[in-house]
Amino acid sequence: MTFVNHYPKAARLVKANFIVAFVALAIGGFFGLIQALHRTDVFRGFVSSVEYYDVLTGHGVLLALVFTTFFITGLYQWGVTRTMEREPENTTFSWSWFVMMVVGTVMTATAILAGLVPGSGMSAAVLYTFYPPLQGHPLFYIGLALLVVGSWMAGGDWFWSYRKWRANNPDARIPLQTYMVIFTWLMWYICSLGVALEVVVLLIPWSLGIVQKIDPLLPRTLFWFFGHAVVYFWLLPAYFVWYSILPKLSGGRLFSDPLTRVVFIFFLLLSTPIGYHHQYADPGISLVYKMWALIMTLVILLPSLMTAFTVISSMEHGARQRGGSGYFAWMGALPWGRPAFVGCALAGIMFAAGGFSGMINASLNIDMLVHNTAWIPGHFHLTVGTATALTFMAITYWLLPQLTGKELKFKGLALAQPYTWFIGMTLMSNALHRQGLAGVPRRVSEPEYAGISYDVPFGTMAEMNWQVAIGGITLFVALIFFLVVVGGTFWAGAPATNVDDTIPPPLSGPEHSPKVLDNLKLWVGVAVALVLIAYSLPLAEMVMDGLFSPGAFPAPV
Amino acid sequence: MHVHRFEKLWIGLSLLLIAGFIGIVLFGFTVMDLKVPGIEEGRQVDPTTVLSDEEFSRPGVRKISDDHYEVYMIAQQFIFRPGSTQPLTLPANTRITFHMTAPDVMHGFEVPGSGLNATIIPGQIATFSTRFPEAKSYGIICHQYCGAAHHNMQGKINVVPPSEFDESNLISQ
Repeated sequence: MTFVNHYPKAARLVKANFIVAFVALAIGGFFGLIQALHRTDVFRGFVSSVEYYDVLTGHGVLLALVFTTFFITGLYQWGVTRTMEREPENTTFSWSWFVMMVVGTVMTATAILAGLVPGSGMSAAVLYTFYPPLQGHPLFYIGLALLVVGSWMAGGDWFWSYRKWRANNPDARIPLQTYMVIFTWLMWYICSLGVALEVVVLLIPWSLGIVQKIDPLLPRTLFWFFGHAVVYFWLLPAYFVWYSILPKLSGGRLFSDPLTRVVFIFFLLLSTPIGYHHQYADPGISLVYKMWALIMTLVILLPSLMTAFTVISSMEHGARQRGGSGYFAWMGALPWGRPAFVGCALAGIMFAAGGFSGMINASLNIDMLVHNTAWIPGHFHLTVGTATALTFMAITYWLLPQLTGKELKFKGLALAQPYTWFIGMTLMSNALHRQGLAGVPRRVSEPEYAGISYDVPFGTMAEMNWQVAIGGITLFVALIFFLVVVGGTFWAGAPATNVDDTIPPPLSGPEHSPKVLDNLKLWVGVAVALVLIAYSLPLAEMVMDGLFSPGAFPAPV
Repeated sequence: MHVHRFEKLWIGLSLLLIAGFIGIVLFGFTVMDLKVPGIEEGRQVDPTTVLSDEEFSRPGVRKISDDHYEVYMIAQQFIFRPGSTQPLTLPANTRITFHMTAPDVMHGFEVPGSGLNATIIPGQIATFSTRFPEAKSYGIICHQYCGAAHHNMQGKINVVPPSEFDESNLISQ
């Protein structure tokens, strides 16, 4: 008896979300391979250097927005159902948010992929940041709006379960997994308001031709109101896995439940008011706000450093339970032959490296060396591209038997997958970082310029290009391993007899923490206040001269 | 709330690290003069009429004093004016203030090897100052995606010794 037997309705919903996520992952991953080969001039035969931007848009939207969102709604549905111990309150409502997200995704993907079909008359090569006045087809924006609204309804579904649970358990502490879901989604409601306003109030009317001109700075600022918090929207579900499941996979228990709650509160408070750190190089944003974002961004290092401590000490506890000893030798006692553990652990190691390059990005004037260079994709392929994506893939290996009642198929491939991903990402990411230091721009189909030679700090440009290309191929191979394991399990997995789905209680439980940590209204209030401090004046200034002015004419791409 | 003493130590060290980073950035601002766009407030312009604006209708280099020149530059799909068809020539070791804007879409202004880095946003004027320490030729790259031929948008800056700087090409005030 496991999840699928106890909660068949929820299991079906989770599986549906995962399937959409993995289809997006497959297509977006293939686009990534094309880019790695094209950018480095290893092979430019898939698409032209103009179509490259359609592919790049598809890669960003399908992976960063679609794969993540669907996987997260699936994962969180699982977490809420098992800790609230309730099926979804209303099946029709649950499927309606899922269908809305799927319809939105299909609309957006259609607009993007049509750009690769000559004569379709439709395209949206606006990249996943879709800065106007570059203009995509209206379907692109309408689909994105539906995806976001669907995710809001998913959160509503979980709050509904939580309220029902609360009515039956008036004095209990919120179970940890539901706590993490609630705090992620409170943050998501706050930050996605920015992108929703941008898309619904500004971009959709403009793309439909109802208004003609657009003020580029206002939508860009609203995008980044959302655009850094979305990073934590991707990351917190990985933290959810690292805090609540990884200790068990290591053979132990979570070190501290109270500090886990503190960490999630930090993210709710600090994720949104730091969006300006993506606009350090922008005119029209005063230095005061850039400074404020700098300080808040560096403070948000704290919850991530605390996470490093808790996760590593939980793993050490597990290793010692398994007979490990010594200062460092305990690491050898960890289950390095189990795919779910290996994926999460390697993702955590890569996240540490990504965190360090992120500190550079955050550091206002130092960031000028790397802003909008290949350093940036080098950085976020370690964070969202590995800390998040590899954790999601790894935990799928552990979740699938619970969701399908089947044994994991091709366990050898599943074990090879995280190691392969790790090697591929090491090659690609180190080279992208170093290219960025030399000034190679990001988001460009042909980064070689006549008459401009890059001053490479160490290594050579050719060597780095080969590392990016070989790294990209290796990552794609790892992706195929993953898809084969998942597909094999779905279609040909043997019935599972003993599914390991228990999670032991933490070493230090919620009873050791003050109840104020569970006071949702208080923390939302503080979070909103911090957002108002950071954003109300600059946004008011941009809006006061007219929502759409100073306006520029659209430039369709 | 119970917090393990190792974790207390770790949190303390983390806070020190964060304070250190903030200190490094402030040190860069105050002592090393590492500035970013946004310090000098640029004005707003109407992107649809900026090409007939008083200054931007005649982009190029203007002299303010012997030690201070200004550059008015237009970034548009897919050239820098000046910079792309003609290299932008500037004196070394002299204060240079850039004013940049775009009439169409967002562009980027990156000069590899110089640390100059700015987003060019229609409707806003990006204003920032620098000194090129030595006579050398630099490339300009548009590093903000601006459309189908984005990868062809580039330019050149020739930095020459102040004694060799030809003032006959300056735009008159």
